Amino acid sequence: MNNSDKSNAGAASGLPTPANKDTTSIVKASLKRRYAAEKRFKLYGILSICASIGFLVILMVSIFSKGWPAFIGTYMQLDITLDQDTLGVTPQSSYKELRAANYSKLINNALLERFPDVSKRKEKRALYKLVSSGAEYQLSAHVINDPSMIGQSIKMWVAADDEVSALIKYKANLDEPENITTRLSEKQIAWTKQMLDAGEIKTGLNKAFFTNGDSREPEQAGIRAALVGSAFTLLITFLLSFPVAVAAAIYLEEFAPQNRWTDLVEVNINNLAAVPSIVFGLLGLAVFINFFSLPRSAPIVGGIVLSLMTLPTIIIASRAALKAVPPSIREAARGLGASPQQVVWHHVLPLAMPGILTGTIIGLAQALGETAPLLMIGMVAFIVDVPSSITDAATVLPVQVFLWADSPERAFVEKTSAAIIVLLAFLILMNAVAVLLRKKFERRW
Amino acid sequence: MNESQQTAFEDIKETVGDVTVDNPKMCLKNIDVFYGDKQAIYDVSLDIANNEVIAMIGPSGCGKSTFLRCMNRMNDTIPSCRVSGEMMLDGEDLYGPSLDPVLLRARVGMVFQKPNPFAKSIYDNVAYGPRIHGLANNRAELDDIVVNSLQKAGLFSEVQDRLDAPGTSLSGGQQQRLCIARTIAVSPEVILMDEPCSALDPIATARIEELIDELRQNYAIAIVTHSMQQAARVSQRTAYFHLGKLVEVGATNTIFTNPTHELTENYITGRFG
Repeated sequence: MNNSDKSNAGAASGLPTPANKDTTSIVKASLKRRYAAEKRFKLYGILSICASIGFLVILMVSIFSKGWPAFIGTYMQLDITLDQDTLGVTPQSSYKELRAANYSKLINNALLERFPDVSKRKEKRALYKLVSSGAEYQLSAHVINDPSMIGQSIKMWVAADDEVSALIKYKANLDEPENITTRLSEKQIAWTKQMLDAGEIKTGLNKAFFTNGDSREPEQAGIRAALVGSAFTLLITFLLSFPVAVAAAIYLEEFAPQNRWTDLVEVNINNLAAVPSIVFGLLGLAVFINFFSLPRSAPIVGGIVLSLMTLPTIIIASRAALKAVPPSIREAARGLGASPQQVVWHHVLPLAMPGILTGTIIGLAQALGETAPLLMIGMVAFIVDVPSSITDAATVLPVQVFLWADSPERAFVEKTSAAIIVLLAFLILMNAVAVLLRKKFERRW
Repeated sequence: MNESQQTAFEDIKETVGDVTVDNPKMCLKNIDVFYGDKQAIYDVSLDIANNEVIAMIGPSGCGKSTFLRCMNRMNDTIPSCRVSGEMMLDGEDLYGPSLDPVLLRARVGMVFQKPNPFAKSIYDNVAYGPRIHGLANNRAELDDIVVNSLQKAGLFSEVQDRLDAPGTSLSGGQQQRLCIARTIAVSPEVILMDEPCSALDPIATARIEELIDELRQNYAIAIVTHSMQQAARVSQRTAYFHLGKLVEVGATNTIFTNPTHELTENYITGRFG
């Protein structure tokens, strides 16, 4: 092959040469069309981003505007006489006796003292309803903390009922009770107004929301049990799925021979990622609860089930990350006499870590938002006590959202949104940790 | 393979020149290499001598890199690759029980085509080999090895005040010298170089070539190169590969001034390749 041959052939078949003016005019004619197409494409991109941001903003505004009142609690000040006879205890009584004492009577008495003209039985009952039924526990805790107060008279802020709370928080016009949508009677509204005018009602941070478990009374219902349940469950998920998935990915990517068996394993891992999550829940029920007799509703079972679900996600992401490590690094290490395992631990894994962590966080975020598999193992439950270990009955944040969204009381609507806010905050915190770790491992090569 | 190639291939009967040397460091006999069904190296024998640079030249795809990679068993990691023949390092069989690949690669170091420093500091790059092999008993000894290796690679004066900087922050030529320092830190007996200057500019290339010449005093060096000028400058012996066969071996002066085989002559006069 030499050059003269080539140019002759070109001239004979009439191929365009640089001197051919047609090329210039043809390209010029098409330029406008090409740039228009590019502009259109850019516009589509901008539009789709704007649409997604718009929806996100709508979602956030709606959640936050509905959710913020849940973080505010309403409290009433009562003059409570810690009467020994009514309580039936003395400052020397044992813890058990102090716990069993009748505190609700004291609160009712305090309310009657505040409104002495209430005498009818029905009216009395309506009056008692102004205070949260959780107030007695508040008082009991207070007294148990310092039994020497018994016999004295104390001023105390106790939680108000959720309907009263709604009046205050949404700034209802208490002068026109007929215009207010509430389950309270006009009398109850009048009493509320009286106390409000006297400065005996205040709002503040709703600590109960962060310290309590679920409750039938909205003003006492808190997120703590679900939050701790979610934390325990995710901890188990992470501890199980991360090492197993990374080990599997390393073996498949770096050590396994390429044959029909590894192909089969690979196909199955990819299929596993597409299995509906409720199936994992059934598996958890059949294997872990029925066969291994692990406790029902417990984070340990939830964590195991969710880690089964998370495994394929992390394995696939980790394998992609391992594959992306340049082969030259492996060769360099091998050429120095590093054993295959040293090549992986010293060079390949650190370089793949950012990708592996990204996969892990995607898997864990998925696990955090999962409810269906937990349905099967009894984690969709009304849990009042904050779980203190991985074998206690627990629920998780998305389940809590679901349960509250199902409750009729108005106050639970705001709780639902508030629980979503907590869930999002949890997710952001988790992501932040992953980003920090990734920054630590991220290095150029 | 087209027809003219096929004829040329069949024309290569046996290697011209003496493939053996007195007192060889490495001794390779009748090497065949297969990638799956495709044969890449046909019955090649070659000795590597101490204190000498042997250059392997030839057109692309002639198997010179594959042959080089046989010498420290780097081809083992390619699943479809099969190597047969007799390979000796100081009279020990490369595939024998006394030479584990890890030990072999500690004795036969390799510098690659593209500079490939680890994503670690300059110090750790050089210290990595001694660390995994346990060549230093304490920090002071390790420091000595690192400084020594960097000095031998002619890099120390340029990086002595930033040994903690990442190895990837260096320029291309410096990175390649870092890779050489990393290789000699393990005190190998043979150094294999696979086109070490192909990614470098002429000035960096000149530095590396000087370095190769200095390293010759202590090591046996085998270098694969695409540049015939480079082969002429740095090597004492040259081996010409063509289509997986070793066509001609001889003193570099002879090969470049008075080649025996027609293919060699065609190649070094630039008629093909």
